[in-house]
Amino acid sequence: MAGTGEIEVTPREEILDRVRKALGRKAGQGRDRVPEPRIRIPEIPPERRVALFAERLEALGGKVYRAAALAQVRDITAGILEGSAAVCSMDPLLEKAGIPGLPGVVSGFGDEPSLRAACAAAPFGITGADYGLAETGSIVTRSVSEARLISLLPPAHIAVLPVSRMLTGLDEFYSELPMPADAASSTVFITGPSRSADIEMILVRGVHGPRVIHVIVVDEEHATNR
Amino acid sequence: MLMKPEQEKQIRQTVADPKIQLALYSATARLKEKREEVVAPEALPEYQELRTQANRIKKHTLENLDVYLEEFEANVEAHGGKVVYARNGQEVTDFILGLARERGVKMLVKSKSMTTEEIHLNERLEHHHLEAVETDLGEYIIQLAHDRPYHIVAPAVHMTRQDVADVFEKNLTDPRTEEPGKQAMIARRNLREKFLEAGIGISGANFLVADSGAVCIVENEGNARLTTTAPPIHIAVAGIEKMIPRARDLAVFLKLLARSGTGQLLTVYTSFLSGPRRGGEADGPAEFYVVLMDNGRTRLLADAEKRQSLYCIRCGACLNACPVYRKIGGHNYPGAYSGPIGAIITPQYQGIAKDPWLPFASSLCGACAEVCPVKIDIPKILLDLRKEVMEDRAARGDGFLERKAFQMYGWLTRRPKLYALAGRIGARMARAPGAASMGPAAKWASVREVPLPARKSFRDQWREREKSK
Ligand code: SF4
Repeated sequence: MAGTGEIEVTPREEILDRVRKALGRKAGQGRDRVPEPRIRIPEIPPERRVALFAERLEALGGKVYRAAALAQVRDITAGILEGSAAVCSMDPLLEKAGIPGLPGVVSGFGDEPSLRAACAAAPFGITGADYGLAETGSIVTRSVSEARLISLLPPAHIAVLPVSRMLTGLDEFYSELPMPADAASSTVFITGPSRSADIEMILVRGVHGPRVIHVIVVDEEHATNR
Repeated sequence: MLMKPEQEKQIRQTVADPKIQLALYSATARLKEKREEVVAPEALPEYQELRTQANRIKKHTLENLDVYLEEFEANVEAHGGKVVYARNGQEVTDFILGLARERGVKMLVKSKSMTTEEIHLNERLEHHHLEAVETDLGEYIIQLAHDRPYHIVAPAVHMTRQDVADVFEKNLTDPRTEEPGKQAMIARRNLREKFLEAGIGISGANFLVADSGAVCIVENEGNARLTTTAPPIHIAVAGIEKMIPRARDLAVFLKLLARSGTGQLLTVYTSFLSGPRRGGEADGPAEFYVVLMDNGRTRLLADAEKRQSLYCIRCGACLNACPVYRKIGGHNYPGAYSGPIGAIITPQYQGIAKDPWLPFASSLCGACAEVCPVKIDIPKILLDLRKEVMEDRAARGDGFLERKAFQMYGWLTRRPKLYALAGRIGARMARAPGAASMGPAAKWASVREVPLPARKSFRDQWREREKSK
């Protein structure tokens, strides 16, 4: 009631206060030294990285292709699509490879509703990948360069990864990019096709995300700089 | 006694149900085996080092939690998001309802979150006519069946494909199928519409990352990505204990979480989300909220000994390792959390008086502590809680006979002559037919295998041998 002189404590103040009381700390008190996480980048030569990446991803049911040049990326993509429709992201590498020019491939949406509608209908989504993680067979996509839905709504995903972006694993990723939030609102590691074992522990692919993932690893020194 | 008769009956039913026993045994065995493969020294030589580190980082974070909460909040806001503090489930619900009302939202989608399970968020929202649709396949089945999750990482582990077929047939219009692959596609189709229509997506958070103002969410299906991407509003609901200091700490935690939970190196999707869509980004939510919930956690935080219960990253490994969970399953544990972790956090969240038997639901074999990726000393906490339960009962005058019996025993052992005599009398009485089911000890003995005392005690045998030398 107004005028009773009681000041209402907000949940924020109360929780912070409870935390401090529980810990015997005062507001404004600094923190103790924080222990460093173990980050050790293994030595894996580039070619071995690609082989390891392929091994790991294929064990999960993904497919890995090797392209010596961008022109080959286009051919491999056309071979996978076999004329199917696809939504292609705005990654300059894909543009350079001429993928938006393939029959049935659409790209560049002015607004979100049309992007959504296209992703919901297309059998394939084609994106770039900012990084590969060899030890786990993962690719990293970030919202700064990719629409999030292209690698998510279509039942199959094709990603093009420059070989120079193939990192050894998580440790190297976090040394390269200790602050992923600085660059993008969303950073996603994708490790194989969508899966579930929720019914009788039986493996099912493509529950919500893509059932199939193809990664084309391309040698390109001069193609793009991100 | 500690357990209510209905609870005891329910547990006996579970143990006697061959269908559930088979499902439980095989699922936990699979998860256990897969975990063992990927944490073996050949596969991950640094495994023990990572566990020690994870434990240290969690310890440090909780000991300085106020600083990290404020840092997290500042960083979420710097990225255009908003942090909401909630003292309990009611305040979480009120916030979501208020926002839904303001934005005219009628339906929301949810990805798997034990925290919202803990506060019965779905029931609360539905009570106010806000439809909340679970989208994880297991959780979807559970929701349609009006059931409760059975396992932290495998919610529908107790159901067979026939059960799923029944549930779908009753609730959906798709033709009946008993093939898990086809059942999953039915869920995909039905839920796809929901994702695209929902006004709000609610997720949990595996980690809150202070230096980034980000939530990190791991999953295999893609439903968490859809929940946090498709609707115009994303709300992440998390307990305050989910905090870690820096993004790069994930190098430690991510290596442990999937390996311990499902035996994967990483889950299929690991999302690191900070704030709403930014300028130049093509999609993603326009609004981003993180609800930081207390709901009993600060009480736990005050206990320096048991504080480590809050290190838990909900991998589920202790459930799969626990001989008790593997027999009695998830539904016999009250609250959202089952298995060893449930046995230690439920009593601490809700108070020990409500389900005093919980800390006793363990053989103290130590398997849980051995597999825990953040090294929570679960058996020790169980013992501490047992002590608290007994003290609480003593204070209320319960458990009088048991306590008196042990006191008398203590008195006797200090008097050797009397002890020997009492032993001889006791042995003769105990060997009498039906002795174990009579008198005040009957209840105690009914759940224990009481060995018959030897006809002649060790003391007597020894004395005779010495004499005949
Ligand atoms: S207590 Fe440890 S083993 Fe059990 S769920 Fe939590 S982190 Fe995993």
